[in-house]
Amino acid sequence: MKIIVNSQPHEVQSRALSDALTELGFLSPAIATALNGTFVPRNSRESTQLAAGDRLEVLSPMQGG
Amino acid sequence: MLLYGVDITSRLLLGTAQYPSPAVLAEAIRSSGTEIITVSLRREAADGAGQAFWSLLQHSGCRILPNTAGCHSAAEAITTAQMARELFGTTWIKLEVIGHSDTLQPDVFGLVEAARVLVAEGFDVFPYTTDDLVVGEKLLEAGCQVLMPWGAPIGSGQGLRNPDALRAMRAHFPDTPLIVDAGIGRPSDAAQAMELGMDAVLLNTAVAKAGDPAQMAQAMAQAIDAGRLAHAADPMEPRDMAVPSTPVLGLAELA
Repeated sequence: MKIIVNSQPHEVQSRALSDALTELGFLSPAIATALNGTFVPRNSRESTQLAAGDRLEVLSPMQGG
Repeated sequence: MLLYGVDITSRLLLGTAQYPSPAVLAEAIRSSGTEIITVSLRREAADGAGQAFWSLLQHSGCRILPNTAGCHSAAEAITTAQMARELFGTTWIKLEVIGHSDTLQPDVFGLVEAARVLVAEGFDVFPYTTDDLVVGEKLLEAGCQVLMPWGAPIGSGQGLRNPDALRAMRAHFPDTPLIVDAGIGRPSDAAQAMELGMDAVLLNTAVAKAGDPAQMAQAMAQAIDAGRLAHAADPMEPRDMAVPSTPVLGLAELA
């Protein structure tokens, strides 16, 4: 299934968001996720199912002003 | 200074971007004496870079104020704030909704809209706003307890472009913490903001882009203290003409 991760197309096997994150290599605990522009809390990642064409954003702490 | 019920001693809030290295950033944080540092959220590169920065933040001992920099709509800013709350474990959010890419001027309409939603969700909103009094009122109505007017466009280092407007804000919102956010270039700008009665100053580029960021951080902190003391000391008013400071009474006639 093809999804868009941080604006880049990716092929993933996993249906659950939590599994897809592992599959994509996002292993750091310091990440936050949004699916199609909507925040997905950490404790909802397992129950969140992905669909083809979904836009996933994976963000982490960065320097800011 | 009470910010959402938290007692803060240092009047300098420091940004964490654009430093030559993480070590220099850590040194600048230390020498500034700041208790609040701003951070952001960006796309994770799956290399753990975010995790390393997060460790540095945790070791700083400072309170974290995440921002929504780069958001151009209320919806984007709201989602970013929600992500930041989970990631940084804080209800504090520096709310930025940008209206123009060239000036980075706040979109005050989107700002008020986002502030209303976030306050209802339990956030403590620090809105990056203009010096407009009506917008300030709307933000307070939305539930904000702090206002952060700009001094000049972000990163411009131009200092306070409209001191009169900031003075008017101080008079209009006597009991609301006012933090000048953006545009500070030199310690004299920061001192001026405090002399006008601002409660604090938030800056980043002026320290990060100095030749010696740690030393500039210290200079800013001292300028902020000086400006605050000066405001409390009730400065004299400027006069049009010279007035001798040395007494003329008893002056010898030698001509």
